[in-house]
Amino acid sequence: MKYSIFSLARNAWSGHKNWQPAWRSPDPKPDYDVIIVGGGGHGLATAYYLAKVHGITNVAVLEKGYLGSGNIGRNTTIIRSNYLLPGNNPFYEKSLQLWEGLEQDFNFNAMVSQRGVVNLFHSDGQRDAYVRRGNAMRIHGVDAEIIDQHSLRDMLPFLNFDNGRFPIMGGLMQRRGGTVRHDAVAWGFARGADMRGVDVIQHCEVTGIRREKGKVVGVETSKGFIGCKKLGLAAAGNSTTVAKMAGLELPIESHVLQAFVSEGIKPWLDNVVTFGVGHFYISQSDKGGLVFGGDIDGYNSYAQRGNLPMVEHVVECGLAMMPSLSRARVLRSWGGIMDMSMDGSPIIDKTDIDNLYLNAGWCYGGFKATPASGWCFAHTIANDAPHELNSAMRLDRFRTGYVMDETAHGAQANLH
Amino acid sequence: MAYLINCPYCGPRTTDEFYIKGDASKQRPDTIGDGTLDTWHDYVHIRENVRGRMAEHWHHTGGCRQWLVVERDTVSHEIYAVTPASTWATSRKGSSTAARKKPARKTAARKATGRKTGGRAKT
Repeated sequence: MKYSIFSLARNAWSGHKNWQPAWRSPDPKPDYDVIIVGGGGHGLATAYYLAKVHGITNVAVLEKGYLGSGNIGRNTTIIRSNYLLPGNNPFYEKSLQLWEGLEQDFNFNAMVSQRGVVNLFHSDGQRDAYVRRGNAMRIHGVDAEIIDQHSLRDMLPFLNFDNGRFPIMGGLMQRRGGTVRHDAVAWGFARGADMRGVDVIQHCEVTGIRREKGKVVGVETSKGFIGCKKLGLAAAGNSTTVAKMAGLELPIESHVLQAFVSEGIKPWLDNVVTFGVGHFYISQSDKGGLVFGGDIDGYNSYAQRGNLPMVEHVVECGLAMMPSLSRARVLRSWGGIMDMSMDGSPIIDKTDIDNLYLNAGWCYGGFKATPASGWCFAHTIANDAPHELNSAMRLDRFRTGYVMDETAHGAQANLH
Repeated sequence: MAYLINCPYCGPRTTDEFYIKGDASKQRPDTIGDGTLDTWHDYVHIRENVRGRMAEHWHHTGGCRQWLVVERDTVSHEIYAVTPASTWATSRKGSSTAARKKPARKTAARKATGRKTGGRAKT
């Protein structure tokens, strides 16, 4: 059923008792043209674009938990395309463009809100770095502007501009950036894929990858063997675990990233703001809660919970930037497992193993990439070759030396 | 995760005193011997990313500034053992570097013992 003002009126007339489930819960078929492992944002987006753009509808998405139980429902919902490197920037800009038309495209309200993202700077050197990044963005046709302190004071009067150690001198702003209701992204893609014939199979854990003469022919699952012509892995957090089933070792470590939300308060913070000293980012959700986060905890982890020192660190950053935050109480905190790649950039590529495709290594920037990741991964699977937009996100770049290290930290996963 | 790391030199200290370097299972290839592209690629980039018991290099930056190996569980976050990195490296079973460089191993072992008996553990 297409959602519209008319379907709303029709269902209101019958007391909202006749709404149908947004997607089916089918049993797996014996085999598919394409199987995607991982029913998170990227996996569902891949299935959606496989069906919509490439006409491949005999597709299954296998999810070990319930739909959207991983990072798609655990992030801080920020979208932006303010990247520096040529291999990253056009990709993230494609993603932002897809976000801009997404709700009409998949007929679901994902509450895309282009409220603007401001990255604060605190020294002359940092301003130069942000000016450079802004110029790189503009060369790629992406919007970017430097906001001086005077204008910033009008926009965000409650920032701690005169901090003795880290005064706020201004910010790099991308007005087209913003936030999206993250769960609705998973639901919208799932519904859109399901309407086009894709089977979204929940509570179906992949336990093995079957290969014949080297080629992937299917997966062993908790619901039995399912055959496939092509297999795409989009199991962020557990990418290495799943890849090992095919004998593939990856340049990825799993780390825990925490996020926090405060009690709901009245509208206060219009934009997404990031602190340039520590690593801190904050926005206000439509329910009124302040949603914020910081760095990963720093140790390898598969547990979806973090530790107290990072909680303290994040809150310290927040208070240094906005002292009035001290009056808000933290309501909830949670953790998600990140694929931390060794250069801080993702991988969307075919692998050396026939019929096996990989979408992994999103570090903690995966949410904003969801539509373009699915779009490019679908292209890579359908054509057995990467699209120009993900041509730099190669798996073999670590071997060949063409790494994409935005922060120039080197091969140290917990620093990206 | 356990909040306290039992440093063999300083006793129980909070985790935020430590810098975490990561996976301790990787062996640096010999520059001359097995320093081919593949072995270096494997050493620098490829990670086993253990789900379960894992050994990591931790540096007690805010304390004794010694390198340690923390063995812990990446799912339950339980900590099993904290060992001085030198002791851990020389006692590794089936360690190819240790087998290849027997004299070096002895020296390192002596150094580690010396450090232990040097009184720092008591302070």
